Amino acid sequence: MNFSLSRATLIAEADLVGIAGERAVCDRRGVLYFPDLRLLAVSDLHLEKGSSFAKRGALIPPYDTGATLLRLQAVIADYQPRIVVSLGDSFHDGGGAERMHSSFRERLEAMMAGRDWFWVAGNHDPEAPADLPGETVRELAIGSLLFRHEPSKMRVQGEISGHLHPCARIVQRGRSVRRRCFAGDGGRMIMPAFGAYTGSLNVLDRAYAGLFRLETLVAYMLGAERIFAISGSMLRPG
Amino acid sequence: MPPRYLLRVTEQPRLAEQNAAVLLPEPFVRWFGQKGWSPRAHQLELLAKAQSGQSVLLIAPTGAGKTLAGFLPSLTELANRPKRKPGQAHRGIHTLYISPLKALAVDIERNLGKPVEEIGLPVTIETRTGDTPSHKRQRQKLAPPDILLTTPEQLALLIASNDAKRFFEDLRYVVLDELHSLVTSKRGHLLALGLARLRAFVPDLQTIGLSATVADPDELRRWLVSQASPGAMSELIVVAGGAKPDISILDSEERVPWAGHSARYATPEIYREIKRHKTTLLFVNTRSQAELLFQELWRVNEDTLPIALHHGSLDVAQRRRVEKAMGENALRAIVATSTLDLGIDWGDVDLVVHVGAPKGASRLAQRIGRANHRMDEPSKAILIPANRFEVLECRAALDANYLGAQDTPPLVNGGLDVLAQHVLGCACGAPFHADALFDEVRTAAPYASLDRPTFDRIIDFVATGGYALRNYERYARIRQTKEGLWRVSNPAVAQQYRLNVGTIIEVPALNVRYVQAGSRGAASRGGRVLGKIEEAFLDTLTHGDTFMFAGKILRFEGIRENECFVSNAPGSDAKVPYYGGGKFPLSTYLAEQVRAMLDDPQRWKKLPEQVADWLRFQADKSILPKRDDLLIETFPRGNRYYLVAYPFEGRLAHQTLGMLLTRRLDRAGAKPVGFVATDYALAIWSLADMGWMFKNRKPSLAALFDQDMLGDDLEAWFADSWLLKRTFRNCALISGLIEKRHPGKEKSGRQVTVSTDLIYDVLRSHEPDHILLQATRTDAATGLLDVSRLAEMLSRIRGRIMHKNLEQISPLAVPIMLEIGKMPVNGEADEMLLMDAATLVEEAMGPEMFD
Repeated sequence: MNFSLSRATLIAEADLVGIAGERAVCDRRGVLYFPDLRLLAVSDLHLEKGSSFAKRGALIPPYDTGATLLRLQAVIADYQPRIVVSLGDSFHDGGGAERMHSSFRERLEAMMAGRDWFWVAGNHDPEAPADLPGETVRELAIGSLLFRHEPSKMRVQGEISGHLHPCARIVQRGRSVRRRCFAGDGGRMIMPAFGAYTGSLNVLDRAYAGLFRLETLVAYMLGAERIFAISGSMLRPG
Repeated sequence: MPPRYLLRVTEQPRLAEQNAAVLLPEPFVRWFGQKGWSPRAHQLELLAKAQSGQSVLLIAPTGAGKTLAGFLPSLTELANRPKRKPGQAHRGIHTLYISPLKALAVDIERNLGKPVEEIGLPVTIETRTGDTPSHKRQRQKLAPPDILLTTPEQLALLIASNDAKRFFEDLRYVVLDELHSLVTSKRGHLLALGLARLRAFVPDLQTIGLSATVADPDELRRWLVSQASPGAMSELIVVAGGAKPDISILDSEERVPWAGHSARYATPEIYREIKRHKTTLLFVNTRSQAELLFQELWRVNEDTLPIALHHGSLDVAQRRRVEKAMGENALRAIVATSTLDLGIDWGDVDLVVHVGAPKGASRLAQRIGRANHRMDEPSKAILIPANRFEVLECRAALDANYLGAQDTPPLVNGGLDVLAQHVLGCACGAPFHADALFDEVRTAAPYASLDRPTFDRIIDFVATGGYALRNYERYARIRQTKEGLWRVSNPAVAQQYRLNVGTIIEVPALNVRYVQAGSRGAASRGGRVLGKIEEAFLDTLTHGDTFMFAGKILRFEGIRENECFVSNAPGSDAKVPYYGGGKFPLSTYLAEQVRAMLDDPQRWKKLPEQVADWLRFQADKSILPKRDDLLIETFPRGNRYYLVAYPFEGRLAHQTLGMLLTRRLDRAGAKPVGFVATDYALAIWSLADMGWMFKNRKPSLAALFDQDMLGDDLEAWFADSWLLKRTFRNCALISGLIEKRHPGKEKSGRQVTVSTDLIYDVLRSHEPDHILLQATRTDAATGLLDVSRLAEMLSRIRGRIMHKNLEQISPLAVPIMLEIGKMPVNGEADEMLLMDAATLVEEAMGPEMFD
């Protein structure tokens, strides 16, 4: 509202990040795009989470799969990637792909057509999704990048992972703002969860202990219009 | 001293004595005689009406003997009942007493037990609350007491059990205490539905409602009886108030501040009054005010008088200690929030001090009623306005209390989320037929106008979520049998229902626990728990910040799991103010009185001189609004342009107005930057000169304030408002879409918040007219947004907007201008805060770090 244009443009470029020498776009919608590889990475879709809850008696709206796929469709249409990597927990549980409504399945298959599609195995979906094309892998190495679901305990240069659903929190003028984020230290990157019903965990939580070089940790918080790059020292737990 | 519900013989009319002999069984007459008391006229009148089969509403001030009146029909009937022969089956509950507070039920058990014992009645009285151990509950099911004292939530649970019909088959009376307080909330809706169910079990059930004075007694009279014949009402007995209260406004020698809520300026004068009286009860509107006043009083407490603090966030044990000390008259003063509003007995209070504006004439009357329980002696009260507008409001409330005006809000229609909970509860009790349940539900006053399609959608919601995309059939919670009855699909559904019953949604809060300074709570488990604080406040603290709580200055050490660790920081200043503006919005009635007072210089004579001067100064520099007009001032200040409007419609309505006006001003090119709302005024600031824009009718103020803002603009704002998300969360929890508690594990508030926000977004974009979103919009419009009040105001001010374009700020605008910066600017500012944070990083490090 009341900031100068030049500043806004400068920061807008912050969503272009370097990971182990590869340049990637941190898209505010929560996907990572590598222009040189024409590769799009997305993590933790958690498709059919709604029906997974319904199975246990909580009848939450059955529209999460549709909503997630719609957003995925939009980013795929924008970037037209050659390769798509879904970084695990693509379905909320093992039966998810089977439960998926036929209209959603058709939409998903249309998106997959004409591209290399990799399902990285996650803890929620260790097996290949039933009756869907694409290749299921434990992890995937492309160039200097390594795609896997859970971040490894050792610091690995160029590792892109998900699983932890990072979010970050800042406090400004006595108010707290919490957003999903990409978390990176220049060496590795942990992606935000993409699914419509996925919760999130603060990057300062114990679960992340040892994963980042704290001096260079940046949280790329997802805004309504753009990404906000916030240095680790400004972040708050909780 | 006799119990407060009785009166000495000398004060009784002779007629009552004659009636007593006819109506009261002999042991009662004898007991009254032994005590030297006799029943009051309204007690006998109620008894007579009840004995003739009527339901009755008794409206009486505190101290009028409401409780005994409410129980006399039950006690006299039970006294005449033949003894149960050995071997005969246990009889069911005879009388159900329902109160909004657990503590009140316990209090009544004690107060009622004594006369029952002295009269020698063969009557058993027991409580059943959330604290009742399960073996006692089991036993109560097998051998029910004659009188069961309980809460609305416990009634819902009893109704949802499969032996409910048998358990209640002997029920004669339901006594509803503090009815005026019960009916205004969703608890009241749940209770009304529960009563409808009880009436279905026992068609000639009688209800007895006990209430403080309300604006529209007929609403409560309808509430008490079946609306099968529309508009039916209970009988009504009104006991006129006792002696006129002796209320004054503190005419301070100090300067009354322009703004703020602390009333710190008056501390020495308040302390002087405490010293002059035996026991002083000090009411404030919010917890933060209570903390602050308590600190300030102890700062000047040279005589170390026993002054205590009491509010709902404090640890229960601590509260009980204060209550006990109070009952034993061991305290000289107690600083309290509304937790003490309801009619519990509290020793010999001889002065009530009300700090801050009362917000409603009825609320003030009820609070003042706490002082001195004998209604024949005048209550004494002093009002302490915290700022200048509050002086006007206190004056208006005071005039109202003398005039006996009432401004309790009108009752709203029953919530659909509550109905969903009740429908599932009914299914847990016994299979139901939809036609019969629909008829039954409509006998409850809050649901009298419910239509069948809406009811059917609620059944559908309870069964499968009620979604247009019908793919949850296989997970249905209730299913229809071949005979068309709805029954629960499996026992787990009923088990979950029982864990989640009720309509009280707790704000996510953490325990506050002592630890050693600097330990961050890491190693030690820490010391005692001081109470609970909202997560939202704690979220803004950083290690080392100091704040006030439990009457102490505390240092924030950190949060671990669901505990907040603090250490003592005596002597420090509390660095972080806890913002908690008034919880209650200014009543429409008082707002009108304040506007009338501004318009009538004759009435300024009753105001303190400095306040009257302020108004004269305003008349001189700008203008004072006419009673039915809306004054709008515009002026430049710094590098901003300001619009200040004075609708006096309460903070909620102003906040909504602010949201809508900034949208419109943005479209008109005014570049609005922010706004702040108080109970009295609204200020908006912008980059463009709004004064010039209005003068040149670009746009005109009439167009800006046109009622059409309640159409598309409101709808568009609804889409993304955090207020709506909060309301949706409540509806989702109450309706059973999301569980408050799940067997085995309890979800933390945060997890629930996150998921309901996401669910809200998804549901709104895929099925915007889902029944739960409808319920959310209705709730928000009546509650948080006060849309109806805004609508009334916009229609009132049509053609009556006075615009004053000024060179500089006016005297009347000073209070709200001082609030800017003190209050968080609400709404859509999150992105701006993120931008600020990102900008700071960039300034400090330069843009290259992101390459």
